[in-house]
Amino acid sequence: MTGNLLELSGIHASYGRAEVLHGISLSMKAGSIVTVIGANGAGKTTLLNAVMGIMPARGTILYDGVPVPHSVEARVAAGLCLVPEKRELFASMSVEDNIELGGFLRSASERAETREELYARFPRLAERRRQLAGTLSGGERQMLALARALMSRPRLLLLDEPSLGLASKIVTDILDIVSELRKTGVSILLVEQNARAALEIADEGYLIELGEVRRSGPAAELAADPALMESYLGTHS
Amino acid sequence: MDAMIATFLIQDGVTSGAIYALLGLALVLVFSVTRVIFIPQGEFVAYGALTLALLDNGRIPPTISLLVCFGAVAFLLDLWDMRRRTDARTFLRSLGLNLVLPGIVYGIVTVLAPLGLPSFAKALLTILIIAPMGLYVYRIAYRPLADASVLVLLICSIGVHLAMMGLGLVFFGAEGLRAQPLDDANYTIGSLMVPAQSLWIYGSTIAIIVALYIFFERTLLGKALRATAVNRLGARLVGVRTQLTGVTAFMLAATIGAVSGVLIGPITTIYYDTGFLIGLKGFVAAIIGGLASFPVTAVAAIGVGLIESFASFFASSYKEVIVFGLIVPVLIWLSLSHTFHEEE
Repeated sequence: MTGNLLELSGIHASYGRAEVLHGISLSMKAGSIVTVIGANGAGKTTLLNAVMGIMPARGTILYDGVPVPHSVEARVAAGLCLVPEKRELFASMSVEDNIELGGFLRSASERAETREELYARFPRLAERRRQLAGTLSGGERQMLALARALMSRPRLLLLDEPSLGLASKIVTDILDIVSELRKTGVSILLVEQNARAALEIADEGYLIELGEVRRSGPAAELAADPALMESYLGTHS
Repeated sequence: MDAMIATFLIQDGVTSGAIYALLGLALVLVFSVTRVIFIPQGEFVAYGALTLALLDNGRIPPTISLLVCFGAVAFLLDLWDMRRRTDARTFLRSLGLNLVLPGIVYGIVTVLAPLGLPSFAKALLTILIIAPMGLYVYRIAYRPLADASVLVLLICSIGVHLAMMGLGLVFFGAEGLRAQPLDDANYTIGSLMVPAQSLWIYGSTIAIIVALYIFFERTLLGKALRATAVNRLGARLVGVRTQLTGVTAFMLAATIGAVSGVLIGPITTIYYDTGFLIGLKGFVAAIIGGLASFPVTAVAAIGVGLIESFASFFASSYKEVIVFGLIVPVLIWLSLSHTFHEEE
């Protein structure tokens, strides 16, 4: 036992012959927010997909000190949950059905309980519960994607670019929700291009470049390094 | 043509249309959930009808041996998958599903078949024999290809169709059979004579449509099937196993096929290869529904039945040409009105 919730070592992943992750190692403590930042194409999304199991990868993934189960479904059952960049909602189904399906592996009574909690947390979704998911605005879709993920009562939430394509006001809302989630005991692995905003709510940060970890350390330390923010991340704010 | 003939043709068309509707719905169901164009759907109809006809004669249908063979092959494939790592639960599950289940069906049928059961019981027995075949066909042919392209799955379907048709010839022989109707009463409404079998067909079709609607709208498993059809990745991310939805879709399709066979067996003589043609007509309806819409498919199937019935009166030698010719304008219209994306 390492005491870490998630421990990645030497993760390699490839698309066909092109290797995009060249041995990534990362560890996160239970109850923390860890952010992975880096430019487009650095391999951030691939890393999350590898952790979730939708992308085959070599290397060791220890979850709670033991190797993570093989299939995506078993990982969901073990408490991992990915909110992908493209949300992957069920567009032609109602908001309520989307949320309901988030708890597919749980019992009906557990689902009913969590659903009410989620409606309290996201009143906007409660208002639109009969509406089709495909008719929601960008921000609402992101909220629905989060709500659907939370329905499975995850211990480790993998968030891929939750702010992508959203207005800055909504980005702040979403990130507020993310940092609030931590208080409920959910650990979060957050991938963001918006590095400054991500480092603000995270405990630890990893900077990935071309499939390798370039820097890692406490989030505040990375955010305070002007050279790093400038050279690797441009002037995101 | 007088009104009498017209009513007769309409009645005949609606009756076969109802059967095509069931098959069309099964095809849409399987395609939307698994992307498989399920050509062997018609074989389940033929197996069902022939099984019922043999039960009517008090004989033990050979489909039970076929079921046991299917189960054994599925079990061997499971064993091969388990060669590296396995646990007792997976093994017992596979044993129960692939060997014990067909064994029980075999036992039940062997005991009950010679007893001269009432027609309704024979119909249920037929469905009990055919429905699990959906499970094994999925396990043997399609599950290993879960991530393959639509084209590869189509090629696989053609293979399964030819194999099942061949097995039909081996197990049933080349002779055509006709089952006894569930109820051989006739009712007269005005000048129209309605056989009870037709009422069974209408009733079963409506019952299955209602049951499917409730399943997809009200149950979590049904919603999971819809979710898989809408967004496969999304469904996996909430923990819906591709295998679970695949098995469910194929079981439902086989059950619907068996019911169609039971319904059509008494109104026409069925040969080992008749299923294909009946299935194709369901396919015409499914195409009109864009392989996606259940209501359009059901309505289109009734239309196919009506056109077939009138075509056989006015131009009987061109009957099939006219029915299958329907696809051409529909495809042209679909290709003009939609922009298609290759494979998600």
